[in-house]
Amino acid sequence: MASLADRQAQPGWGALPFTLGLVLVAALIFSIGRWIDNSYVFFAGYVVAQYIVLGTAWNILGGYTGYVNFGITAFFAIGAYSTVVLYKLVPAVPLPVMIAVGGVLAGLVGFGTGYLTLRLRGVFFSIATLAMAVVVQTLITNWDFVGGARGAYVLRPRTAPLIGGEYVQYLFLVMLGLCVLALVTARSIERSALGYGFAAIRDDEAAAEASGVPTLRLKLIATALSGGFMGMAGAPLPYYVTYLDPSSGFSLNYAVNAIAMPLIGGTSSWLGPVIGAVVVGGLQEYIRVTISSAVNVLVAGVLLVVFVIAAPQGIVGLFQRKR
Amino acid sequence: MTALLQVDGVGKRFGGFVALEGIALEVEEGERLGLIGPNGSGKSTLVNCICGTLRNELGEVRFAGQRLDGLPAHERTRRGLARSFQLPRPFGSLSLAENLRIPILYAVNARGQAISGGAIDGRCRAILGEVGLAAKADRLPRDLTQIEMRKLELARAMAAEPKLLIADEVMAGLSHAEVDEIIALLIRLNGQGVTVIMIEHIMRAVMEFSQRLAVLVAGRKIADGEPAEVVRDPEVVRAYLGE
Repeated sequence: MASLADRQAQPGWGALPFTLGLVLVAALIFSIGRWIDNSYVFFAGYVVAQYIVLGTAWNILGGYTGYVNFGITAFFAIGAYSTVVLYKLVPAVPLPVMIAVGGVLAGLVGFGTGYLTLRLRGVFFSIATLAMAVVVQTLITNWDFVGGARGAYVLRPRTAPLIGGEYVQYLFLVMLGLCVLALVTARSIERSALGYGFAAIRDDEAAAEASGVPTLRLKLIATALSGGFMGMAGAPLPYYVTYLDPSSGFSLNYAVNAIAMPLIGGTSSWLGPVIGAVVVGGLQEYIRVTISSAVNVLVAGVLLVVFVIAAPQGIVGLFQRKR
Repeated sequence: MTALLQVDGVGKRFGGFVALEGIALEVEEGERLGLIGPNGSGKSTLVNCICGTLRNELGEVRFAGQRLDGLPAHERTRRGLARSFQLPRPFGSLSLAENLRIPILYAVNARGQAISGGAIDGRCRAILGEVGLAAKADRLPRDLTQIEMRKLELARAMAAEPKLLIADEVMAGLSHAEVDEIIALLIRLNGQGVTVIMIEHIMRAVMEFSQRLAVLVAGRKIADGEPAEVVRDPEVVRAYLGE
């Protein structure tokens, strides 16, 4: 595992230039999409961007503090279903507000899950999160207001607000914005006392406590942030798919990808989940179009196996200075 | 004046096994206490109860006049109680300097000091220098020998700027010269006002270091006093050498 000093030794970009840089990159990507002017580009781009947010969210808990969360779909679907509820109650609510609501809800659930399960260590924590995903799925499946097992239809507006064009362009733009938010958060954590505290917890919790690290409080911060971002990544989903049912909202694909992408990209830095999402997500999209929509699921699995064996530090690890 | 550390009637069981029973121990501010006992006598368990890693079922621990019972370990470290672990537990993904950064960020700064960026790094390296690890400040713990890891444990405890430092077998495996170095270091710390409890099997080190010696055997304290007298105590001799 490369040390934090490596990251801090990187050219000292402050938080503001970094944020502006990311916004610029996002703007550039969006303009390229507009220039290509093909709605498929936006549909595919949305998926990759969604996985950048999801992977980054998983990495805040899984990569930085070492607590492996298998319950990704619970948080993701809480975000998605909070949008369904809002859509049914007040359809006029703008999407960013729905995302904020989904994020807060999922963050609160993350906090609660953390409080109940973080006394569990290692694999026991992971199993508890897996159980939680099953519980949340069962609750949603039996909740008629959001369509229960039948699912719910959400009508996607015909045109995008503010920017014009197809609505999917707006979805993509919003998701790019979430990417910027998630990445800036992740990178700030890495460089702050919080990041050192997380790393200490990951390496040795008892030693962290003995060094003054309030481990429970830090783990709650991590679960809340991680869950919140997962919820935000899921909130626009109903507008993207227009028909949401529990089996698609809680699809195992989200969980597998959200774990595989940071592991393949590298968990030690904010860049890892980005690289993982672009490489794996891009490849999946490519295979979905050229070969088959079923084979693409294989990609994450095969790459994950290869990387765990050949490059456990992920792609980022391959480029970091060995010491 | 009350003692800095007051351990009163502390008891700890693991299932049916009584690890500690009715331990009473007082340590005055500025004192150097040696704590010895055969393997399994409960020395580390006592340290864990004092530092909050384990919860004692019976009795109470007071530090600087305040009850510690129920406080989590990190809160005790912030109040000035630092310990090294008998089996080194370094932060494996952090460099040596960063290992010391954790207690500075979370224990020292939590007391209201705000040491920032460059100053923290300087302090980490200075402390590493004191235990002879300055040259390896940017290496990872996995590059260290077991002996160096013990020194890192001690350095990390020192970085928390404790009032009371508990050194749990930091000298095991060290050479004669290195033992002298660590003793000199601990005595120097003590001279700066840090109270030190040394848990050690190396009797030469214990005798040279301690102003007072306490002996644990099978979870009970059987002796406490002047080191030279304690080691002649027939009960202590019997515990170590048998009948």
